[in-house]
Amino acid sequence: MSTQAPSPDTTMSGLGGNRRLGDRLFSGAATAAGVLILLALAGVFTFLVLEGYPALVADPEQIPGEGGIVAFIAPLLFGTVFGAVLALLIALPLSVGIGLFISHYAPRRVASTLGYVIDLLAAVPSVVYGLWGIYFLAPQIAGLFPWLHDNLGFLPFFSQSPSGSGRTMMTAGVVLAVMILPIMTAVNREVFLQTPRLQEEAALALGATRLEMILMTVLPFSRSGIMSGAMLGLGRALGETIAVAMVLSAYPGLVSLNLIGSQNSSTVAANIALKFPEYTGLEVNALIASGLALFVLTFLVNFTARAIIARRAEFSGANA
Amino acid sequence: MTAVNAPTETPTETDAAPGLESHRHLGTGATWGLTGAGLAGGALLGLLAGSWAVGAVAGLLLVLVALPGVSWRVEGARRGKDRAFTVVVTVAFLLALLPLLSLIYSTLTNGLARFDPEFFTSDMRAVLGEGGGALHAIVGTLLITGSATLISVPIGIMCAIYLVEYGKGRLARMVTILVDVMTGIPSIVAGLFAFALFSIFFGPSIRFGLGGAVALSLLMVPVVVRSVEEMLKLVANELREASYALGVPRWRTIVKVVLPTAGAGIAAGVTIAIARVIGETAPLLIIAGSTTNLDWNIFEGRMMTLPVFTYESYMIPGVPPEPGVDRAWAAALTLMVIVMGLNLAARLIARLFGTKSR
Repeated sequence: MSTQAPSPDTTMSGLGGNRRLGDRLFSGAATAAGVLILLALAGVFTFLVLEGYPALVADPEQIPGEGGIVAFIAPLLFGTVFGAVLALLIALPLSVGIGLFISHYAPRRVASTLGYVIDLLAAVPSVVYGLWGIYFLAPQIAGLFPWLHDNLGFLPFFSQSPSGSGRTMMTAGVVLAVMILPIMTAVNREVFLQTPRLQEEAALALGATRLEMILMTVLPFSRSGIMSGAMLGLGRALGETIAVAMVLSAYPGLVSLNLIGSQNSSTVAANIALKFPEYTGLEVNALIASGLALFVLTFLVNFTARAIIARRAEFSGANA
Repeated sequence: MTAVNAPTETPTETDAAPGLESHRHLGTGATWGLTGAGLAGGALLGLLAGSWAVGAVAGLLLVLVALPGVSWRVEGARRGKDRAFTVVVTVAFLLALLPLLSLIYSTLTNGLARFDPEFFTSDMRAVLGEGGGALHAIVGTLLITGSATLISVPIGIMCAIYLVEYGKGRLARMVTILVDVMTGIPSIVAGLFAFALFSIFFGPSIRFGLGGAVALSLLMVPVVVRSVEEMLKLVANELREASYALGVPRWRTIVKVVLPTAGAGIAAGVTIAIARVIGETAPLLIIAGSTTNLDWNIFEGRMMTLPVFTYESYMIPGVPPEPGVDRAWAAALTLMVIVMGLNLAARLIARLFGTKSR
């Protein structure tokens, strides 16, 4: 793990108090910066609670949708999780494939450049993804919808009449999948490369083909890493705002499993972005309360993912 | 990696592993020949169907069937599966390139229409329909991102110094994990936080540039911490020990030895962090708001930024919508140029001025 910088403290004792004062100030400032991180996170939580609280105790009539705060947030949370899971289902197999391609298939000289190209996808601003989704992807994908509806219409996902504009949950899911692909690929690539070399070579020496070597050594070794990468991707997809707000034709308050129709569940983040400019008073508090719910959800997902990675580093670092 | 890959990368090798059903192999020529034939067949189908998308998909499918199929017959089932998987993995990578290429292509073709001098020299005051520009948004983006950088970089660097040079025990472990968790905070939540914070003091109609900078800082600090931390860890301990041996106090060692050694890496990391937040829309939509006028005062009044300008030009394009949509694409192109330029700059800084990591 991290190599701790050597400490000169033992040699410093007895030297001039002047130096020690400088040291104390500097280390104090550094520690303060570290504590500031904790305070910032606590601050986010505190201020969202402070400003969201009025909506929690308010008369249900005054919350948007007039059904109270739970009825306001629950459908949004459903849409959020639904879209994010859809994105994850698309991105997970792709990210494993791309990770393997970069770590085990591509020539070593170009591998890091290929990784960089995938990372560029993460650099694209989400508003550009939104424009691309609506003007390029949606019309392309909408062509598939009638076929899906005709052939798979018995499933609840494809039962509604297909949207002509393509502004559907399916399109939003694909855009989200592209957006979370880089972080998942980066994690996968890292863990694939950490597979003990001896195990890989032993498998090959026993006559395994490359696929068998990957199935026997790389994937079992990387399982927890792939899982945490997937959770990081899920966290991103849950919180993505502008691209979803632009692409999705959303109906807040609607709970629908439908992927291809023109009436879709909204997501927490997109709903905040779309409604914030026009809402006033308690409606704003309700939006902040929904933001608090989103914050707690993504915090839990990200925390779990990071905890898995941290545990993994502790255990696998020793025997790799 | 080469050591691992070598045995399987050369299908022409003569001695098959025991247990493989056949000792015959497809040569490199046959492999590429089959791949080429599959792609050519796809291209032909694409031409017949009149769509490049059909051609690409059909070509990849043909390769996926042809190459493993022939290999299965000639080399046996296990090698056939192996080749099928190689094709699948390669196709996964190519699939990921498609959105990147089509993103760049759409932004270029749609954005160039209004990528003209007027776009960069005028704002949207009293503009209806055609004309107008994004000067006010560009100024706002530079001011807000600049302030966010001024806030985040000192905090981020000090926090990284704490984690690498001072941090021990529980607090340091907590900070490490929470920095990671912070990188996953949804950007809209950062905007809501800034709004909740400032609306307590200034009332619910508060919109100003500095609030946007605070929101962006919340997103930027963890990125700075993470990259600076990586760079500080690369500084050889011998350098620190040599400095201590000369009687230099710890803080002067950090300021005069450790930070300069990691300087290029830190600069590259900060550049990446700027690129990460300069395209953020959601938090600025909430707390910086939008306006049509050029505004240099970050402490008061609504402030337009490029991402919000893109968003609003698309959402509220006006009548007729075309000029607004064109402006949205031009702003998107500007953003892409800035973001890609910053990423490239970071890579150049790291390559030109960076110390060798090992």
